Amino acid sequence: MKVAIVGVGWYGFKPTVPDLSFRELMFEAAVRAYDDAGVDPRRDVDAFISCQEDFWEGIAISDEFAPEPIGGVLRPTMTIAGDGLQCVSQAYMMIRSGAFNIVVVEAHAKPSDIMSLQEIYELSLDPNLRTLKIPNPLFQTGLDAIAYMRRSGVSREHLAMVAVKNKVRGLLNPRASHSAKITVDQVLESRPVIYPLTQYEIAGFTDVAINMVLASEDVAKRFGDKLVWIDGVGWATEVGTGAVEWHEWGRMPSMRLAALTAYKLAGVEDPLRQTDFAEVEDRFSYMELLALDELGLGGAGAHRMLEAGRYSPGGEYPVNPSGGSLSIGVALEATGLVRLLEAVLQLRGEAGGVQLKDARKAIVASWRGPPTYTSMVTVISRD
Amino acid sequence: MKPNIFVKDKVGIVGAGLTLFRRRLLETPRELAWEAAREALNSAGLTLKDIDCVVVGSAPDAFDGVHMKGEYLSDGSGGFMKPTVRVFVGGGTGVMVPVVAWWHVASGLCRTVLAVGEEKMSHAHPHPQGVFAYIWDPILERPLGPNLIWIFALEMRRYMHVCKASKEDIALVSVKNKRNALDHPAAQAAASITVDDVLKSEVLVWPVQLLDISPVSDGAAALVLASESVARRVTDTPVWVEGVGFTLDNAHWYNRDLAYPRYLEYAARMAYRMAGIERPWKEIDVAEPYDPFDYKELHHIEGLMLARRCEAPSLLREGYFDRSGDLPTSPSGGLLGVGNPIAAAGVMKVAELFWQLRYEAGARQVKRPVHKAVANAWGDLMQAGTVVVLST
Repeated sequence: MKVAIVGVGWYGFKPTVPDLSFRELMFEAAVRAYDDAGVDPRRDVDAFISCQEDFWEGIAISDEFAPEPIGGVLRPTMTIAGDGLQCVSQAYMMIRSGAFNIVVVEAHAKPSDIMSLQEIYELSLDPNLRTLKIPNPLFQTGLDAIAYMRRSGVSREHLAMVAVKNKVRGLLNPRASHSAKITVDQVLESRPVIYPLTQYEIAGFTDVAINMVLASEDVAKRFGDKLVWIDGVGWATEVGTGAVEWHEWGRMPSMRLAALTAYKLAGVEDPLRQTDFAEVEDRFSYMELLALDELGLGGAGAHRMLEAGRYSPGGEYPVNPSGGSLSIGVALEATGLVRLLEAVLQLRGEAGGVQLKDARKAIVASWRGPPTYTSMVTVISRD
Repeated sequence: MKPNIFVKDKVGIVGAGLTLFRRRLLETPRELAWEAAREALNSAGLTLKDIDCVVVGSAPDAFDGVHMKGEYLSDGSGGFMKPTVRVFVGGGTGVMVPVVAWWHVASGLCRTVLAVGEEKMSHAHPHPQGVFAYIWDPILERPLGPNLIWIFALEMRRYMHVCKASKEDIALVSVKNKRNALDHPAAQAAASITVDDVLKSEVLVWPVQLLDISPVSDGAAALVLASESVARRVTDTPVWVEGVGFTLDNAHWYNRDLAYPRYLEYAARMAYRMAGIERPWKEIDVAEPYDPFDYKELHHIEGLMLARRCEAPSLLREGYFDRSGDLPTSPSGGLLGVGNPIAAAGVMKVAELFWQLRYEAGARQVKRPVHKAVANAWGDLMQAGTVVVLST
């Protein structure tokens, strides 16, 4: 049984949305998604899933506030503490089980509300690691970047090229608040924040709520011609945050595993040939190249492909045509859904200034961010 | 929602494991999760290599004091180089874990799932109640400084008023469950007490007294779920997951009639419909209603439609819900007797039904023959209901 995305809605995409609470953001996105799909949430939807984490919300049991803004009150509503793409996998399984016809997936982020982001990152480290009092809780990212660069022969210039490609591309995307006209020299001349990454290579944050309506094949056919099919989903955890000593530094096995699952379900054997473009993790510049390598999209080395311009918007395999997280910003647990949204809009031909020609099948890959080693991959296509 | 004749793969539970439930365990949360996971794997005769996917359940991150607690617990729960996901619906998490594991298998994506619930409340200092200061609406309620027991006292009072139930009626639940727990090797709060003991215990928030309430606990519990073909290969006596249900009401607990858990009835109807159960009060043989407070067991018995509204107290008095009764409830000893490490407690209830349906519960085995069983959990601001229906 196939699963389709029959409606999408979003609201926000600004570094700060001061006039709306997170619940109002969720409501605005939900109303738009239900209108887009033409469903009545109180009548047609079988289940609602929200992806969120307590500490981002500042509420100890934040799922209390999930049902109301999305129409899920007194209906089967639940939360997954994970990235939006993990919720998409859950919805995919619920529909494939045969027990659910229409499932709504929601994720939101209001990082502008968080006063102590640094402390929250510290609390995500293993309690034993915390006792070392490492000044930057994102230090693992720097270690991974260096390990990856050493192993693959990637230079700082390559990382700067990723930042330039994505930040400049974002200027064409109204949802990309962090885009900028920058040059490789500008990136290389600025001081690293987490060595070797400079401020241009670390994504900012964005406030957003995203809502998607998923449906089973027979039901989806009622929803007209804007269907986007979910061909495959995959999600995997390499090691827990309490076991970083087992992590394979400079690699992202979780992304490889997630991709293998998604490709198998989607019948993809040669992702570079069988798909048209990808929206991949790039909250840090090196992650784009590392992710491409792990996704099997890197050929003989993602940095070589990048040098040759093959990942450019006009290249043979555009990567992050939306501008990616570097220009849109990280949306906490909604990050994966942001990337899926951009890919869905591409396939529907609604991507506006960043629209690609002939986009029929895409790979979306996201990571839960430091210090986790959990990744998600989704393959989508249109008829 | 459709009856489960449309479901692709039948799902069976083939193993279960528990740690001790205690006020303070010295193991780390990851170690607790692994202890339960290993025991569940051993009981199924499987190793971690045989597991395709992992579902972790844990309630507020603040208890363990780790942000992204699912990521922290993943390898301890067996989620090492595997698809792993964390479920979180407050106190309802425990029963939501097997529900989510169910669709991992029913969809055909995973053949075997390790489902783990873990909670370590002893980290919270000086008392885990402090964590509950942050569960309220940040604008409307938090400034009032409410305490979780206050609102449950309101609910208990309302139930007593509407159903004309006395404190003595309700205390019988505590007496029954703590006595049942005497036979449970993991139990933390087993005791042979009388109604009088409950009524003489310290008043926390009237009408809630110390012995009306489950203890603060550390612990973990785990289940192994498998598709029909794997389940039949692994064991002669799999326990089938026949129906799943879940419902979330809104956060406005002060606006609803607290005497009846409507959210649970909706979740139960969903699960019964899937399981093809039309008269749960006749068809269910044994139940594990969620009992963090003694009145809550009665509340949930009615919400699960195992008794008519307000009928549970009189049935309880007649011994109907005893282990030797017509419809034994909380034969494990429940949260009142075994302990309440939140997410683990819900999984423990499902594990108990697994043992009951396989006639493996030893001294806890109920008298009557058992084929169908139901468990529920409850959470958030008195708004979440999660239900699982099992059968042999």
